[in-house]
Amino acid sequence: MADKVLMKGNEAIAEAAIRAGCLHYFGYPITPQTEVAAYMAKKMPKIGGVFLQAESEIAAINMVYGVASAGKRVMTSSSSPGISLKGEGISYLAGADLPALVVNVQRGGPGLGGIQPSQSDYFQSTRGGGHGDYHMIVLAPASVQEMAELTVKGFELADKYRMTAMVLADGTMGQMMEPVSLDFDVAAPPEKPWATTGTKMAREHNIINSLSLVPEELEQLNFARYEKYQQVIDNETRYEEYMTEDADIVIAAFGIAARVSKNAVNEARAQGIKAGLIRPITLWPFPKAPFKKAAEHAKQFISVELSMGQMIEDVRLATECRVPVTLCNRAGGMIPSPELVLEAIKKAAKDGGVE
Amino acid sequence: MSAKQFLFSGFGGQGILFVGKFLAYKGLIEDKQVSWLPSYGPEMRGGTASCSVIVSDEPVGSPIVSNPDILIAMNLPSLDKYEKAVVPGGMIFADSTLIERKVARDDVKVYYIPATRLASENGFPTLANMIICGKILKALDEFDEEGVKKALGKVISAKHADMLDVNLKAMKLGADYEE
Repeated sequence: MADKVLMKGNEAIAEAAIRAGCLHYFGYPITPQTEVAAYMAKKMPKIGGVFLQAESEIAAINMVYGVASAGKRVMTSSSSPGISLKGEGISYLAGADLPALVVNVQRGGPGLGGIQPSQSDYFQSTRGGGHGDYHMIVLAPASVQEMAELTVKGFELADKYRMTAMVLADGTMGQMMEPVSLDFDVAAPPEKPWATTGTKMAREHNIINSLSLVPEELEQLNFARYEKYQQVIDNETRYEEYMTEDADIVIAAFGIAARVSKNAVNEARAQGIKAGLIRPITLWPFPKAPFKKAAEHAKQFISVELSMGQMIEDVRLATECRVPVTLCNRAGGMIPSPELVLEAIKKAAKDGGVE
Repeated sequence: MSAKQFLFSGFGGQGILFVGKFLAYKGLIEDKQVSWLPSYGPEMRGGTASCSVIVSDEPVGSPIVSNPDILIAMNLPSLDKYEKAVVPGGMIFADSTLIERKVARDDVKVYYIPATRLASENGFPTLANMIICGKILKALDEFDEEGVKKALGKVISAKHADMLDVNLKAMKLGADYEE
Protein backbone atom coordinates (compact mmCIF):
# COMPACT_ATOMS: atom_id res chain seq x y z
CA MET A 1 0.00 0.00 0.00
CA ALA A 2 2.92 2.27 -0.69
CA ASP A 3 0.74 4.67 -2.64
CA LYS A 4 -1.67 5.30 0.23
CA VAL A 5 -1.35 8.22 2.60
CA LEU A 6 -3.25 9.13 5.74
CA MET A 7 -5.35 12.20 5.17
CA LYS A 8 -8.17 13.98 6.89
CA GLY A 9 -11.41 13.83 4.94
CA ASN A 10 -11.41 17.61 4.53
CA GLU A 11 -7.88 17.55 3.11
CA ALA A 12 -8.79 14.69 0.77
CA ILE A 13 -11.62 16.82 -0.65
CA ALA A 14 -9.28 19.73 -1.24
CA GLU A 15 -6.53 17.64 -2.84
CA ALA A 16 -9.02 15.75 -5.02
CA ALA A 17 -10.56 19.02 -6.19
CA ILE A 18 -7.17 20.30 -7.27
CA ARG A 19 -6.46 17.04 -9.08
CA ALA A 20 -9.84 17.39 -10.78
CA GLY A 21 -8.62 20.63 -12.28
CA CYS A 22 -10.33 23.00 -9.87
CA LEU A 23 -8.07 26.04 -9.69
CA HIS A 24 -10.63 28.36 -8.12
CA TYR A 25 -11.76 28.06 -4.53
CA PHE A 26 -13.78 30.59 -2.56
CA GLY A 27 -14.66 30.00 1.06
CA TYR A 28 -15.07 31.26 4.54
CA PRO A 29 -13.86 29.35 7.60
CA ILE A 30 -16.28 27.36 9.75
CA THR A 31 -15.81 24.28 11.92
CA PRO A 32 -15.77 21.39 11.04
CA GLN A 33 -14.72 22.08 7.41
CA THR A 34 -11.97 24.67 7.91
CA GLU A 35 -9.21 22.27 6.79
CA VAL A 36 -10.61 22.44 3.24
CA ALA A 37 -9.97 26.18 3.13
CA ALA A 38 -6.64 25.84 4.95
CA TYR A 39 -5.42 23.25 2.46
CA MET A 40 -6.51 25.38 -0.49
CA ALA A 41 -4.83 28.45 1.02
CA LYS A 42 -1.57 26.55 1.19
CA LYS A 43 -1.72 24.80 -2.17
CA MET A 44 -3.46 27.13 -4.62
CA PRO A 45 -0.79 29.87 -4.74
CA LYS A 46 1.86 27.24 -5.53
CA ILE A 47 0.03 25.90 -8.58
CA GLY A 48 -1.21 29.15 -10.05
CA GLY A 49 -4.70 28.72 -8.65
CA VAL A 50 -6.92 31.10 -6.75
CA PHE A 51 -7.69 30.77 -3.08
CA LEU A 52 -9.83 33.56 -1.83
CA GLN A 53 -11.25 33.92 1.63
CA ALA A 54 -14.37 35.90 0.89
CA GLU A 55 -15.89 38.42 3.27
CA SER A 56 -18.86 36.13 3.77
CA GLU A 57 -20.42 32.90 2.54
CA ILE A 58 -22.78 34.90 0.35
CA ALA A 59 -19.85 36.58 -1.36
CA ALA A 60 -18.09 33.24 -1.81
CA ILE A 61 -21.01 31.55 -3.57
CA ASN A 62 -21.40 34.53 -5.90
CA MET A 63 -17.71 34.31 -6.78
CA VAL A 64 -18.42 30.68 -7.63
CA TYR A 65 -21.21 31.90 -9.92
CA GLY A 66 -18.75 34.14 -11.70
CA VAL A 67 -16.08 31.53 -12.31
CA ALA A 68 -18.68 28.91 -13.31
CA SER A 69 -20.02 31.39 -15.87
CA ALA A 70 -16.53 31.59 -17.35
CA GLY A 71 -16.55 27.82 -17.74
CA LYS A 72 -13.91 26.88 -15.16
CA ARG A 73 -14.14 24.22 -12.49
CA VAL A 74 -14.90 25.97 -9.21
CA MET A 75 -15.74 25.05 -5.68
CA THR A 76 -16.80 26.40 -2.33
CA SER A 77 -17.16 24.61 0.98
CA SER A 78 -18.77 25.32 4.30
CA SER A 79 -20.71 23.76 7.15
CA SER A 80 -24.44 23.89 7.79
CA PRO A 81 -25.10 27.52 8.83
CA GLY A 82 -22.75 28.67 6.08
CA ILE A 83 -24.59 26.58 3.51
CA SER A 84 -27.84 28.26 4.51
CA LEU A 85 -26.21 31.58 3.69
CA LYS A 86 -25.21 30.21 0.30
CA GLY A 87 -28.77 29.11 -0.40
CA GLU A 88 -29.66 32.08 -2.54
CA GLY A 89 -26.55 31.68 -4.66
CA ILE A 90 -27.16 27.96 -5.09
CA SER A 91 -30.64 28.72 -6.43
CA TYR A 92 -29.13 31.26 -8.85
CA LEU A 93 -26.59 28.66 -10.03
CA ALA A 94 -29.52 26.33 -10.71
CA GLY A 95 -31.46 29.06 -12.49
CA ALA A 96 -28.48 29.85 -14.71
CA ASP A 97 -27.67 26.15 -15.28
CA LEU A 98 -24.13 26.52 -14.01
CA PRO A 99 -21.84 23.65 -13.02
CA ALA A 100 -20.15 24.02 -9.64
CA LEU A 101 -19.23 21.96 -6.60
CA VAL A 102 -20.47 22.87 -3.14
CA VAL A 103 -19.20 20.94 -0.12
CA ASN A 104 -21.19 20.77 3.12
CA VAL A 105 -19.42 19.21 6.10
CA GLN A 106 -22.50 19.15 8.29
CA ARG A 107 -22.78 20.10 11.96
CA GLY A 108 -25.71 20.04 14.38
CA GLY A 109 -28.49 22.60 13.92
CA PRO A 110 -30.79 24.39 13.49
CA GLY A 111 -29.42 27.91 13.86
CA LEU A 112 -25.78 28.14 14.80
CA GLY A 113 -26.34 24.79 16.47
CA GLY A 114 -23.12 23.10 17.51
CA ILE A 115 -19.93 21.98 15.86
CA GLN A 116 -20.27 18.21 16.21
CA PRO A 117 -21.29 15.96 13.29
CA SER A 118 -24.82 15.82 11.96
CA GLN A 119 -26.87 14.78 8.95
CA SER A 120 -29.71 17.17 9.52
CA ASP A 121 -29.21 19.06 6.26
CA TYR A 122 -30.63 16.15 4.25
CA PHE A 123 -33.86 17.99 3.47
CA GLN A 124 -31.99 21.18 2.65
CA SER A 125 -29.68 19.37 0.24
CA THR A 126 -32.15 17.06 -1.47
CA ARG A 127 -35.24 19.27 -1.44
CA GLY A 128 -33.81 22.67 -2.17
CA GLY A 129 -32.64 25.07 0.48
CA GLY A 130 -32.78 27.80 -2.05
CA HIS A 131 -36.01 28.82 -3.74
CA GLY A 132 -37.59 27.55 -6.91
CA ASP A 133 -37.86 24.21 -8.69
CA TYR A 134 -34.38 22.74 -8.78
CA HIS A 135 -32.16 19.91 -7.66
CA MET A 136 -28.51 19.40 -6.96
CA ILE A 137 -26.72 16.10 -7.42
CA VAL A 138 -26.02 15.20 -3.78
CA LEU A 139 -23.15 12.81 -3.08
CA ALA A 140 -22.68 11.26 0.37
CA PRO A 141 -19.20 9.87 1.07
CA ALA A 142 -18.70 7.24 3.80
CA SER A 143 -14.90 7.10 3.84
CA VAL A 144 -11.96 9.40 3.26
CA GLN A 145 -11.37 7.58 -0.02
CA GLU A 146 -14.89 8.49 -1.10
CA MET A 147 -14.43 12.07 0.08
CA ALA A 148 -11.76 12.25 -2.61
CA GLU A 149 -13.47 10.18 -5.29
CA LEU A 150 -16.90 11.76 -4.96
CA THR A 151 -15.34 15.21 -5.13
CA VAL A 152 -13.93 14.30 -8.53
CA LYS A 153 -17.23 12.68 -9.50
CA GLY A 154 -19.06 15.80 -8.39
CA PHE A 155 -17.07 17.99 -10.78
CA GLU A 156 -17.58 15.53 -13.63
CA LEU A 157 -21.33 15.26 -13.10
CA ALA A 158 -21.71 19.00 -12.63
CA ASP A 159 -20.02 19.63 -15.98
CA LYS A 160 -21.85 16.81 -17.73
CA TYR A 161 -25.30 18.06 -16.74
CA ARG A 162 -24.56 21.76 -16.24
CA MET A 163 -25.81 21.73 -12.69
CA THR A 164 -24.52 22.10 -9.15
CA ALA A 165 -23.24 19.03 -7.35
CA MET A 166 -22.92 18.86 -3.59
CA VAL A 167 -20.68 16.65 -1.50
CA LEU A 168 -22.70 16.16 1.69
CA ALA A 169 -20.36 14.99 4.43
CA ASP A 170 -20.40 15.47 8.19
CA GLY A 171 -17.95 16.47 10.89
CA THR A 172 -16.72 12.92 11.42
CA MET A 173 -15.94 12.40 7.74
CA GLY A 174 -14.21 15.76 7.60
CA GLN A 175 -12.05 15.22 10.67
CA MET A 176 -11.16 11.55 10.46
CA MET A 177 -8.01 10.25 8.81
CA GLU A 178 -7.92 7.09 6.76
CA PRO A 179 -5.57 5.73 4.13
CA VAL A 180 -6.42 7.25 0.80
CA SER A 181 -5.15 6.63 -2.69
CA LEU A 182 -5.19 9.70 -4.91
CA ASP A 183 -4.27 7.69 -7.94
CA PHE A 184 -7.52 8.04 -9.87
CA ASP A 185 -8.50 9.03 -13.35
CA VAL A 186 -10.05 12.41 -13.92
CA ALA A 187 -12.01 13.04 -17.07
CA ALA A 188 -11.03 16.30 -18.73
CA PRO A 189 -13.74 18.96 -18.51
CA PRO A 190 -16.00 18.98 -21.57
CA GLU A 191 -16.07 21.89 -24.00
CA LYS A 192 -18.26 24.70 -22.69
CA PRO A 193 -19.40 26.68 -25.73
CA TRP A 194 -21.98 28.44 -23.57
CA ALA A 195 -19.36 30.01 -21.27
CA THR A 196 -18.76 33.75 -21.18
CA THR A 197 -15.16 33.77 -22.31
CA GLY A 198 -15.25 36.73 -24.67
CA THR A 199 -16.70 36.65 -28.19
CA LYS A 200 -13.43 37.72 -29.85
CA MET A 201 -15.88 39.26 -32.35
CA ALA A 202 -16.36 35.78 -33.75
CA ARG A 203 -19.64 34.65 -32.24
CA GLU A 204 -22.88 35.85 -30.68
CA HIS A 205 -22.80 36.90 -27.04
CA ASN A 206 -23.29 34.15 -24.50
CA ILE A 207 -25.64 35.21 -21.75
CA ILE A 208 -25.63 33.68 -18.27
CA ASN A 209 -28.75 34.74 -16.46
CA SER A 210 -31.37 33.42 -14.07
CA LEU A 211 -33.98 36.11 -14.78
CA SER A 212 -36.79 35.31 -17.20
CA LEU A 213 -39.83 37.58 -17.00
CA VAL A 214 -42.00 35.90 -19.60
CA PRO A 215 -43.86 33.11 -17.81
CA GLU A 216 -44.28 30.98 -20.95
CA GLU A 217 -40.50 31.05 -21.44
CA LEU A 218 -39.69 30.46 -17.78
CA GLU A 219 -42.03 27.49 -17.81
CA GLN A 220 -40.18 26.01 -20.78
CA LEU A 221 -36.85 26.48 -18.98
CA ASN A 222 -38.24 24.59 -16.00
CA PHE A 223 -39.57 21.82 -18.22
CA ALA A 224 -36.20 21.45 -19.94
CA ARG A 225 -34.36 21.43 -16.65
CA TYR A 226 -36.58 18.64 -15.33
CA GLU A 227 -35.98 16.59 -18.47
CA LYS A 228 -32.30 16.89 -17.68
CA TYR A 229 -32.96 15.89 -14.05
CA GLN A 230 -34.74 12.79 -15.36
CA GLN A 231 -31.56 11.81 -17.23
CA VAL A 232 -29.61 12.22 -13.99
CA ILE A 233 -32.13 9.99 -12.21
CA ASP A 234 -31.87 7.38 -14.97
CA ASN A 235 -28.08 7.39 -15.28
CA GLU A 236 -26.38 8.58 -12.13
CA THR A 237 -28.07 6.94 -9.17
CA ARG A 238 -25.51 5.26 -6.94
CA TYR A 239 -25.69 3.05 -3.87
CA GLU A 240 -23.98 0.19 -2.05
CA GLU A 241 -25.78 -2.92 -0.88
CA TYR A 242 -24.42 -4.98 2.01
CA MET A 243 -25.95 -8.37 2.77
CA THR A 244 -29.40 -7.33 1.59
CA GLU A 245 -30.07 -10.33 -0.65
CA ASP A 246 -31.78 -12.47 2.00
CA ALA A 247 -32.26 -9.75 4.61
CA ASP A 248 -35.32 -9.65 6.86
CA ILE A 249 -34.27 -6.35 8.38
CA VAL A 250 -32.85 -3.73 6.04
CA ILE A 251 -31.09 -0.63 7.29
CA ALA A 252 -30.94 2.56 5.27
CA ALA A 253 -28.01 4.75 6.20
CA PHE A 254 -25.49 7.04 4.52
CA GLY A 255 -22.15 8.52 5.50
CA ILE A 256 -20.99 7.93 9.07
CA ALA A 257 -24.36 6.34 9.97
CA ALA A 258 -23.69 3.64 7.38
CA ARG A 259 -20.27 2.92 8.89
CA VAL A 260 -21.81 2.47 12.33
CA SER A 261 -24.68 0.42 10.89
CA LYS A 262 -22.30 -2.00 9.17
CA ASN A 263 -20.88 -2.97 12.57
CA ALA A 264 -24.42 -3.56 13.81
CA VAL A 265 -25.37 -5.63 10.73
CA ASN A 266 -22.32 -7.85 11.26
CA GLU A 267 -23.18 -8.32 14.92
CA ALA A 268 -26.85 -9.06 14.11
CA ARG A 269 -25.79 -11.67 11.56
CA ALA A 270 -23.49 -13.22 14.18
CA GLN A 271 -26.53 -13.47 16.44
CA GLY A 272 -28.63 -15.13 13.73
CA ILE A 273 -30.68 -12.16 12.53
CA LYS A 274 -30.63 -11.66 8.76
CA ALA A 275 -29.83 -7.96 8.61
CA GLY A 276 -28.58 -5.95 5.65
CA LEU A 277 -27.74 -2.40 4.67
CA ILE A 278 -28.54 -0.17 1.73
CA ARG A 279 -26.22 2.83 1.62
CA PRO A 280 -27.33 5.56 -0.75
CA ILE A 281 -24.28 7.24 -2.28
CA THR A 282 -26.39 9.69 -4.24
CA LEU A 283 -29.00 11.19 -1.90
CA TRP A 284 -30.43 12.99 -4.90
CA PRO A 285 -31.20 11.13 -7.04
CA PHE A 286 -32.31 8.76 -4.30
CA PRO A 287 -31.74 5.08 -5.15
CA LYS A 288 -35.31 3.83 -5.12
CA ALA A 289 -34.70 0.54 -6.96
CA PRO A 290 -32.80 -1.40 -4.27
CA PHE A 291 -35.37 -0.39 -1.66
CA LYS A 292 -38.27 -1.46 -3.81
CA LYS A 293 -36.57 -4.78 -4.45
CA ALA A 294 -35.69 -5.36 -0.79
CA ALA A 295 -39.28 -4.58 0.20
CA GLU A 296 -40.27 -7.82 -1.55
CA HIS A 297 -38.65 -9.89 1.20
CA ALA A 298 -37.77 -7.59 4.09
CA LYS A 299 -40.06 -7.50 7.12
CA GLN A 300 -38.92 -4.11 8.38
CA PHE A 301 -36.72 -1.20 7.35
CA ILE A 302 -34.77 0.99 9.76
CA SER A 303 -33.51 4.42 8.78
CA VAL A 304 -30.39 5.22 10.81
CA GLU A 305 -29.70 8.94 10.82
CA LEU A 306 -27.90 11.72 12.66
CA SER A 307 -31.07 13.80 12.51
CA MET A 308 -34.65 13.71 13.70
CA GLY A 309 -35.54 11.56 10.70
CA GLN A 310 -35.27 13.08 7.23
CA MET A 311 -34.13 10.38 4.80
CA ILE A 312 -36.77 8.11 6.34
CA GLU A 313 -39.33 9.90 4.16
CA ASP A 314 -37.49 8.84 1.01
CA VAL A 315 -37.24 5.28 2.33
CA ARG A 316 -41.00 5.22 2.87
CA LEU A 317 -41.61 6.61 -0.61
CA ALA A 318 -39.20 4.13 -2.19
CA THR A 319 -40.72 1.14 -0.40
CA GLU A 320 -44.19 2.51 -1.13
CA CYS A 321 -45.01 1.97 2.55
CA ARG A 322 -45.38 -1.77 1.98
CA VAL A 323 -43.40 -2.63 5.11
CA PRO A 324 -42.90 -0.67 8.32
CA VAL A 325 -40.01 1.80 8.37
CA THR A 326 -38.73 2.86 11.79
CA LEU A 327 -36.18 5.45 12.82
CA CYS A 328 -33.00 4.87 14.82
CA ASN A 329 -31.37 8.22 15.43
CA ARG A 330 -29.32 10.62 17.47
CA ALA A 331 -29.30 14.36 16.88
CA GLY A 332 -27.61 17.61 17.78
CA GLY A 333 -24.08 16.34 17.17
CA MET A 334 -24.49 12.89 18.76
CA ILE A 335 -23.75 9.71 16.80
CA PRO A 336 -25.75 6.48 17.13
CA SER A 337 -23.61 3.68 18.57
CA PRO A 338 -23.47 0.22 16.94
CA GLU A 339 -25.21 -1.05 20.10
CA LEU A 340 -28.12 1.35 19.60
CA VAL A 341 -28.50 0.21 15.98
CA LEU A 342 -28.27 -3.45 17.03
CA GLU A 343 -31.07 -2.89 19.56
CA ALA A 344 -33.19 -1.36 16.81
CA ILE A 345 -32.47 -4.38 14.59
CA LYS A 346 -33.48 -6.77 17.37
CA LYS A 347 -36.68 -4.85 18.02
CA ALA A 348 -37.48 -4.80 14.30
CA ALA A 349 -36.83 -8.54 14.10
CA LYS A 350 -39.19 -9.13 17.01
CA ASP A 351 -41.90 -6.82 15.64
CA GLY A 352 -41.46 -8.32 12.18
CA GLY A 353 -41.89 -11.85 13.56
CA VAL A 354 -38.46 -13.11 12.42
CA GLU A 355 -36.88 -13.83 15.77
CA MET B 1 0.36 -4.22 14.58
CA SER B 2 -2.24 -6.71 15.70
CA ALA B 3 -5.88 -5.69 15.33
CA LYS B 4 -6.73 -3.28 18.10
CA GLN B 5 -8.93 -0.39 19.10
CA PHE B 6 -7.04 2.39 20.85
CA LEU B 7 -8.34 5.38 22.76
CA PHE B 8 -5.84 8.13 23.58
CA SER B 9 -6.84 10.83 26.02
CA GLY B 10 -5.17 13.70 27.84
CA PHE B 11 -4.72 17.47 27.88
CA GLY B 12 -4.45 19.48 24.69
CA GLY B 13 -0.71 19.87 24.06
CA GLN B 14 0.37 16.44 25.29
CA GLY B 15 0.63 15.10 21.76
CA ILE B 16 -2.42 12.88 21.98
CA LEU B 17 -3.34 13.30 18.32
CA PHE B 18 0.27 12.89 17.22
CA VAL B 19 0.82 9.57 18.98
CA GLY B 20 -2.47 8.31 17.56
CA LYS B 21 -1.37 9.28 14.08
CA PHE B 22 1.96 7.54 14.61
CA LEU B 23 0.26 4.25 15.52
CA ALA B 24 -2.18 4.57 12.61
CA TYR B 25 0.75 5.02 10.21
CA LYS B 26 2.56 2.07 11.76
CA GLY B 27 -0.52 -0.01 11.00
CA LEU B 28 -0.80 1.37 7.47
CA ILE B 29 2.84 0.53 6.71
CA GLU B 30 2.10 -3.01 7.83
CA ASP B 31 -0.82 -3.23 5.39
CA LYS B 32 -3.54 -3.05 8.01
CA GLN B 33 -6.81 -1.21 7.71
CA VAL B 34 -6.67 1.87 9.90
CA SER B 35 -8.70 4.86 10.98
CA TRP B 36 -7.92 7.90 13.15
CA LEU B 37 -10.63 10.11 14.55
CA PRO B 38 -9.91 13.07 16.83
CA SER B 39 -12.21 14.82 19.19
CA TYR B 40 -12.55 18.32 17.85
CA GLY B 41 -14.02 21.50 19.13
CA PRO B 42 -13.63 24.19 21.75
CA GLU B 43 -12.39 21.65 24.31
CA MET B 44 -9.19 21.29 22.29
CA ARG B 45 -8.13 24.79 23.22
CA GLY B 46 -6.59 24.03 26.60
CA GLY B 47 -8.97 21.33 27.72
CA THR B 48 -9.08 17.60 27.03
CA ALA B 49 -8.02 16.02 23.77
CA SER B 50 -8.73 12.49 22.67
CA CYS B 51 -8.53 10.35 19.61
CA SER B 52 -9.78 6.96 18.44
CA VAL B 53 -7.44 4.76 16.43
CA ILE B 54 -8.45 1.44 14.92
CA VAL B 55 -5.96 -1.00 13.46
CA SER B 56 -7.70 -3.96 11.88
CA ASP B 57 -7.39 -6.85 9.46
CA GLU B 58 -10.90 -6.13 8.18
CA PRO B 59 -12.24 -2.89 6.67
CA VAL B 60 -12.95 -0.49 9.52
CA GLY B 61 -16.68 0.01 10.15
CA SER B 62 -17.39 2.70 12.68
CA PRO B 63 -14.25 4.77 13.36
CA ILE B 64 -15.52 5.68 16.81
CA VAL B 65 -13.89 3.76 19.65
CA SER B 66 -16.20 3.65 22.64
CA ASN B 67 -14.86 0.43 24.20
CA PRO B 68 -11.11 0.40 23.63
CA ASP B 69 -8.85 -2.63 23.85
CA ILE B 70 -6.16 -0.20 24.89
CA LEU B 71 -6.68 3.05 26.80
CA ILE B 72 -3.90 5.60 27.09
CA ALA B 73 -4.76 8.00 29.90
CA MET B 74 -2.37 10.91 30.18
CA ASN B 75 -4.25 12.75 32.91
CA LEU B 76 -6.69 12.02 35.72
CA PRO B 77 -9.88 13.27 34.04
CA SER B 78 -9.15 10.88 31.14
CA LEU B 79 -8.79 7.90 33.44
CA ASP B 80 -11.92 8.88 35.37
CA LYS B 81 -13.88 9.21 32.13
CA TYR B 82 -12.78 6.10 30.23
CA GLU B 83 -11.58 3.54 32.82
CA LYS B 84 -14.91 1.70 32.82
CA ALA B 85 -15.13 1.66 29.03
CA VAL B 86 -12.10 -0.57 28.47
CA VAL B 87 -13.04 -4.10 27.40
CA PRO B 88 -12.39 -6.84 29.98
CA GLY B 89 -8.93 -8.24 29.36
CA GLY B 90 -7.85 -4.93 27.82
CA MET B 91 -4.95 -2.70 28.75
CA ILE B 92 -4.63 0.71 30.39
CA PHE B 93 -1.48 2.81 30.11
CA ALA B 94 -1.46 5.64 32.66
CA ASP B 95 0.96 8.53 33.06
CA SER B 96 1.62 8.04 36.77
CA THR B 97 3.31 11.44 37.11
CA LEU B 98 -0.05 13.12 36.55
CA ILE B 99 -2.37 10.36 37.78
CA GLU B 100 -1.83 9.65 41.43
CA ARG B 101 -4.55 7.05 41.95
CA LYS B 102 -4.54 3.42 40.90
CA VAL B 103 -6.90 1.88 38.39
CA ALA B 104 -9.85 0.39 40.27
CA ARG B 105 -10.47 -2.57 37.93
CA ASP B 106 -8.80 -5.94 38.25
CA ASP B 107 -9.92 -7.39 34.90
CA VAL B 108 -7.55 -5.26 32.82
CA LYS B 109 -3.76 -5.12 32.59
CA VAL B 110 -2.46 -1.79 33.85
CA TYR B 111 0.87 -0.14 33.13
CA TYR B 112 1.90 2.87 35.21
CA ILE B 113 4.59 4.93 33.53
CA PRO B 114 5.85 8.20 35.06
CA ALA B 115 6.12 9.52 31.54
CA THR B 116 5.94 13.24 32.23
CA ARG B 117 8.71 12.96 34.85
CA LEU B 118 10.89 10.76 32.63
CA ALA B 119 10.40 13.13 29.73
CA SER B 120 11.54 16.20 31.63
CA GLU B 121 14.44 14.37 33.35
CA ASN B 122 15.75 13.31 29.97
CA GLY B 123 15.56 16.68 28.30
CA PHE B 124 12.55 16.14 26.03
CA PRO B 125 9.69 17.42 28.17
CA THR B 126 7.15 17.31 25.32
CA LEU B 127 7.62 13.62 24.56
CA ALA B 128 5.80 11.91 27.43
CA ASN B 129 3.40 10.68 24.76
CA MET B 130 6.14 8.85 22.87
CA ILE B 131 7.54 7.34 26.07
CA ILE B 132 4.15 5.75 26.68
CA CYS B 133 3.93 4.75 23.04
CA GLY B 134 7.23 2.88 23.36
CA LYS B 135 5.85 1.03 26.34
CA ILE B 136 2.68 0.10 24.45
CA LEU B 137 4.61 -1.40 21.55
CA LYS B 138 6.86 -3.26 23.97
CA ALA B 139 3.87 -4.62 25.90
CA LEU B 140 2.32 -5.78 22.62
CA ASP B 141 5.67 -7.30 21.68
CA GLU B 142 5.75 -5.13 18.56
CA PHE B 143 8.68 -2.80 19.16
CA ASP B 144 10.74 -3.21 16.01
CA GLU B 145 13.13 -0.32 15.53
CA GLU B 146 12.96 -0.28 11.74
CA GLY B 147 9.15 -0.20 11.71
CA VAL B 148 9.13 2.52 14.34
CA LYS B 149 11.60 4.63 12.36
CA LYS B 150 9.57 4.24 9.19
CA ALA B 151 6.35 5.31 10.90
CA LEU B 152 8.11 8.25 12.59
CA GLY B 153 9.33 9.28 9.16
CA LYS B 154 5.70 9.51 8.06
CA VAL B 155 4.49 11.68 10.92
CA ILE B 156 7.51 13.94 11.36
CA SER B 157 7.79 16.38 8.47
CA ALA B 158 11.07 16.68 6.59
CA LYS B 159 11.47 20.15 8.06
CA HIS B 160 11.75 18.63 11.53
CA ALA B 161 13.71 15.53 10.57
CA ASP B 162 16.09 16.20 13.46
CA MET B 163 13.23 15.31 15.80
CA LEU B 164 13.18 11.72 14.59
CA ASP B 165 16.10 10.58 16.74
CA VAL B 166 14.82 12.18 19.89
CA ASN B 167 11.38 10.63 19.36
CA LEU B 168 13.02 7.25 18.90
CA LYS B 169 15.05 7.80 22.06
CA ALA B 170 11.90 8.61 24.01
CA MET B 171 10.19 5.52 22.70
CA LYS B 172 13.15 3.32 23.65
CA LEU B 173 13.12 4.84 27.12
CA GLY B 174 9.48 3.88 27.46
CA ALA B 175 10.01 0.42 26.02
CA ASP B 176 12.80 -0.29 28.52
CA TYR B 177 10.99 1.17 31.50
CA GLU B 178 10.18 -1.34 34.22
CA GLU B 179 7.95 -0.45 37.15
